[in-house]
Amino acid sequence: MIEFEQVVVNFGEKRVLKDVSFSVSDGEIFTFIGPSGSGKTTILRLIDMLERPKSGKILIDGTNVTKIHDREKIRVRRRMSMVFQKPSPLRGTVYSNVAMGLQFRKVSADEISRRVSESLEMVGLGGYEKRKALTLSGGEMQRVAIARAITTKPEVLLLDEPTANLDPGSTETIESMIGGLRDRLGITVILSTHDMVQGQRLADRIAVVIDGRIGQIGTSKEIFYKPMTHAVARMVGVEDILDGVVTENEAGLAAIDVNGVLITACSTASSGTPVTLYMRPEDITIYEKDNIRSSARNKFTGRITEVIPIGPMVRLKVDVGVKLTAVVTQRSFEELGLALEKDTELTFKASAIHVVERKEV
Amino acid sequence: MNEIVDGINQAIQLIVSMNPEVMEITARSLYISLSATLVASLIAIPIGGFIHFKEFGGKRGLITVIQALYALPTVLAGLLIWLLLSRAGPFGFLGLLFTPTGMIIGQIVLIVPLMTGMTLIALSGVSQTKQDTVISLGATSLQTIITIVKEARFAILGGTILGFGRAISEVGAAMMIGGNIRGYTRVLTTAIALETSIGDLPLSIALGIILLLIALLVTGLLFLVQER
Repeated sequence: MIEFEQVVVNFGEKRVLKDVSFSVSDGEIFTFIGPSGSGKTTILRLIDMLERPKSGKILIDGTNVTKIHDREKIRVRRRMSMVFQKPSPLRGTVYSNVAMGLQFRKVSADEISRRVSESLEMVGLGGYEKRKALTLSGGEMQRVAIARAITTKPEVLLLDEPTANLDPGSTETIESMIGGLRDRLGITVILSTHDMVQGQRLADRIAVVIDGRIGQIGTSKEIFYKPMTHAVARMVGVEDILDGVVTENEAGLAAIDVNGVLITACSTASSGTPVTLYMRPEDITIYEKDNIRSSARNKFTGRITEVIPIGPMVRLKVDVGVKLTAVVTQRSFEELGLALEKDTELTFKASAIHVVERKEV
Repeated sequence: MNEIVDGINQAIQLIVSMNPEVMEITARSLYISLSATLVASLIAIPIGGFIHFKEFGGKRGLITVIQALYALPTVLAGLLIWLLLSRAGPFGFLGLLFTPTGMIIGQIVLIVPLMTGMTLIALSGVSQTKQDTVISLGATSLQTIITIVKEARFAILGGTILGFGRAISEVGAAMMIGGNIRGYTRVLTTAIALETSIGDLPLSIALGIILLLIALLVTGLLFLVQER
């Protein structure tokens, strides 16, 4: 169990972490998501005691590790392993790299040899022992770094952006390995990433870190569909954030006036309540005129004001009185005959909108 | 002009025929400078390691002083050691003035700052991430230092070779502390200075060629090490 209680970190004058609190249970995969420079790496370094907080408590199995001596620190640190964003192999062979943690622990040579082979098998690099570490590819180096970390059989594995510098193929290999490691070794995995989708794929729970603060902690479903603040919503890919006022509520179905446009959404907010609506572009469907087969409650006609191709997808902004964002595949964009300044119809379900009551009006 | 050409011819003969005096001076030069380099590295590498890994007040200032001493004039090092070892000096009782051991001490003083500085540069060439990796793998402070020094070994060796280069080519300290006594403290540089001034050009040139070859060898070694 790892707990942070109101941890504050300063680098010189700059405050990089502000009142960070969270707890990670044993055997959990816990992910920190946030933009570069938000403080994710610092959190992982604090857990590994490579950094010292200005104030606050860091408890590992109940021991406040900000208050312990160096010798005790090494004892606690030896129950964890960390993989850094840059794999940084040391000179020498793959074997000598992977063996390092065990040598520091004065494990016998036979045992080291057995466990190094075992770890290399686990990361799919069996037989790589005699290779020079510095001649490996980026993906292989990162896998060696993971083997180096797991060979000591840690209870907690810390992974700092483990796939940030890798190609998609290596990323996939490493992602499936991370899940497998937890299942096979039962270890706690704490990782950081700026890739929301990776967080969603891997994590039991996600903490969104923005500008040195934790914006929200929850399951990926909660974070992605029920963001609590604008900043979290933007981070997890919510495009449309609209302010409105509830005009009517019938059995949990609220009619909300957004700048003169009436939108229906699931909410318990009563009439007159100011609210914010969060909508994901994937939840908005564009359809051909006069071909309405959708059961969705919200149907609008509007003019396409922006067209941005993103790989195989196209992002559209449609002005229906308020501007809404939708994504369609390149293929349906062509089949539906969509174009800038053309009119189109769109629809979305009442349940696809996340409604949050606004405190300040 | 003829005199110089003759000198070069005779010098080559001296080297090819392995003239005993030439060989003896060369061997003494190598012995003194290699000993000085060995002892200096035993001093400079731990000091460099200590400065690199420990945080203490005045660290920046100390590094600046060390860097300034790279350019310590050889005659000043010679003067300092002469004062310490002379009969009236605090270590006069050791009787080391005008001995090879005295010369070794002089060269150590001369090259320790350079080699300490080079060790510092070598260690800071090991990335912070590597150091963090080693610590995160559960290394104790001592294990961390040993691992990082090993990681920087080629760069540190480069600094050691540089130190040897400075030791074997300096003349000031060798002359002042050794006294250029024939068959006892005469080394390549002091011999060249003396033989040239008394007009024995062939011997001077022969010793000069050998010194040049040693310098080239050292540079070559340095290049090889830096290629690693």
